[in-house]
Amino acid sequence: MKIDCKHVWHHISAYIDGDVDALLRAEIDRHLEHCEICSAILDSTRNIVVLVADGRIFEIPTGYSERLHERLDAAMAEG
Amino acid sequence: MIGRILAGEKQLFHDLIRPLERAVFVMLFSLLRSETDAEDAAQEAFIKIYRNLSSFRGEAKFSTWALSIARNEGLAWLRKRSARPEEPIEPVLDEGSGDFTPALLTDWREIPAEALERSELRECLRQAILKLPPIYRDVVQLRDVQELDIQEAAGVLGISPGAVKVRLHRARVMLQKELVPILKAYVSPAKGKMRFWFGRRV
Repeated sequence: MKIDCKHVWHHISAYIDGDVDALLRAEIDRHLEHCEICSAILDSTRNIVVLVADGRIFEIPTGYSERLHERLDAAMAEG
Repeated sequence: MIGRILAGEKQLFHDLIRPLERAVFVMLFSLLRSETDAEDAAQEAFIKIYRNLSSFRGEAKFSTWALSIARNEGLAWLRKRSARPEEPIEPVLDEGSGDFTPALLTDWREIPAEALERSELRECLRQAILKLPPIYRDVVQLRDVQELDIQEAAGVLGISPGAVKVRLHRARVMLQKELVPILKAYVSPAKGKMRFWFGRRV
């Protein structure tokens, strides 16, 4: 099986998650060895997935936790 | 712990939900795109989780069950808001439509996590996620931001694991397409180093 660029793009997310079978992974790896476009698409997508997971992207408002637990105490007191 | 809370040790509920506080807020912020609404909805959601604790059967993980309740609370807020004429309604994207071709490039120099010290970079990433159509924003938020596994994300959203994978793939491609032109500006092509480090040029 020989795969083209569009086929690689179709599996990028699963490839990043390690969710492709060994045969397909080997084909994609072989394609990536000679295709700089697919390599750059894969590297950029993986880089973005890592950055998005950083806890600093979405910050929690100051005092959120305190206000939440105060509200819960009030709700628990009501029964 | 849930058994003890139900038996009367109510204060343990605070400890039970502490690991979920952040996840619930971020999920609701991603859904409602307003810090104030997300915080108010989070409070309501945790009260519902407390009041419905006796109905938790342990078929799913507690976190999945609690996040589902929080998500339903967020959806109820959205419905309330959409009833207000001044609130724009987000277009619902059909599963089959949209362009899922990545941005084409021939070289990528990695942007390290340290670069997130730059607030404008964090803002770019946040806005790119918030701009995604809701069905794609949901999966990115649960899978890539909160780092839930596929099964858990599927449980929270009430869709199949296969649907999570398809949506996640499309969402990641959309993020790549949106962010690559922006993020490239953060890399110095001449030296391949970050152009900015902690507010100063290098």
